[in-house]
Amino acid sequence: MYLTNAEERLLSGESGEVIERMFRLLVSLGDIYGADRMIPVGSAQVAGVSYKSIGDPGVEFLEDYANKGAVAKIVTFLNPAGMDIEDWQELKIPPAFAEKQLRIMNAFKKMGIVVSATCTPYLAGNLPRFAEHIAWSESSAISFSNSVIGARTNREGGPSALAAALCGVTPNYGLHLSENRKPGVLVNVDARLEDNADFGALGYVVGKEVENNIPYFQGIADADTDQLKALGAAMAASGAVALYHIENLTPEAHLMKTEGLEKISVNEKELQDTFSKLSTGKEPDIVILGCPHSSLKEIMTISRKLEGRKLKKPLWICTSRMVKEAANRMGFTQIIETAGGRIVADTCMVVSPIEDMGYKTTGVNSGKAANYLPGFCKQNVVFTKLDTLIEKIT
Amino acid sequence: MEVLKGRTISPGRVEGESLVSREPIGFYGGVDAKTGIFIEKGHELEGKSVKGKILVFPYGKGSTVGSYVIYGLVKNNQAPLAIVNKETETIVATGVILAGVPCVDQVPVERISTGDHLIVDATSGTISILRTNTTN
Repeated sequence: MYLTNAEERLLSGESGEVIERMFRLLVSLGDIYGADRMIPVGSAQVAGVSYKSIGDPGVEFLEDYANKGAVAKIVTFLNPAGMDIEDWQELKIPPAFAEKQLRIMNAFKKMGIVVSATCTPYLAGNLPRFAEHIAWSESSAISFSNSVIGARTNREGGPSALAAALCGVTPNYGLHLSENRKPGVLVNVDARLEDNADFGALGYVVGKEVENNIPYFQGIADADTDQLKALGAAMAASGAVALYHIENLTPEAHLMKTEGLEKISVNEKELQDTFSKLSTGKEPDIVILGCPHSSLKEIMTISRKLEGRKLKKPLWICTSRMVKEAANRMGFTQIIETAGGRIVADTCMVVSPIEDMGYKTTGVNSGKAANYLPGFCKQNVVFTKLDTLIEKIT
Repeated sequence: MEVLKGRTISPGRVEGESLVSREPIGFYGGVDAKTGIFIEKGHELEGKSVKGKILVFPYGKGSTVGSYVIYGLVKNNQAPLAIVNKETETIVATGVILAGVPCVDQVPVERISTGDHLIVDATSGTISILRTNTTN
């Protein structure tokens, strides 16, 4: 790929070992994927944050690079950590785990990376614009920014997003190029989509079917950002969908041609079958909401449903620290806590050690969580709508 | 002396003995970063150490955390001298670059056997087979 003189000098170590290796990583990935040059990126989002995911090798790597003085050039947010960074003791996170997790957070902070640990950076202060090039690595955030906002990112890994953060550029290939953003399959939806969980079930079915293709949806009359967040998250979990278009809803849909595309169709029965298939358990020991992290609107809805009720089983609502602050200020947190639930910030069920905390069956309203919990957390799953979950634990 | 030509993934020049796997390697859960020993059950290199070897395999597999395991091997002085692949995918590419392990890909790895004595010049992308292992 073409490199400027200044970029060539980075490879010769002019800006130190960390930048040399990080830039070399970007060049190498660019060569593997056929990039023509580097392009500046407006923001980064780095995955590989939970101690559960990256282990001791990850801790050592991050501390080494932080100690060598690496500093992010662009606004960079982090993926969820393995625990609530402030309230981990109350949540009974094992101290040995917490110690490693805090070392990881400190290493990132030292690199100038915003330690807001969230899979919804766009709800917490890192919002790209339409057509802006970014380097993000959480699969649901990639899907949301590409599809709903119309920003442009590939599916970055943790290290390549970190490299983009430290160098301020990414190789120009894949979804950065307009010609690669065209749909490859037409999806006709013939089903009622009411609850956010319906969008998760739809996403699960379509992701399985289309794998890493770009779907173009017809038949979705309306969807709010929470529902689009649920749809994209599930498609990125059951498949590897990084971008989707919805007729009359998403910003690039009107630019796309759908003639001649392979067609698939999803009906009501397939959605119901998906709820049954993913529900491997019956009665939840705990209900965990907020996969991806809850918006303030979702927390408001939950708090209204819980007002004056008492829960028999634990309820966690996962979100970002920023949204939790707003929920505190509005009194939603207090209503939820009075009912016996809690708002958990900075983390999510998939990357936290819930299997070590005695839980065997988790209730969720997320297609993504239903996809991952059996494997990552050895959980049985009850995947259903929000109202049903609340009834089950009241 | 046979010279194989490949593509630079991560620069550097080393000389040593090869350890060849015909199967792909997943470093996370495959190799212990503290000891350098292959721990994946049933893998053809199970129980062998990668330390000080020129590790030759077709391509990587498995978790992306594998990149950090390669870094950990270097930090713990258990790393291979170099890595030679048929196709270096992103997990191995990321690991060798972060850790500074010389690496070349697009190499006809079937020409190399365990115990061959090699010079890997990853900067120019060449592999010289100085001596083949005659006990194979």
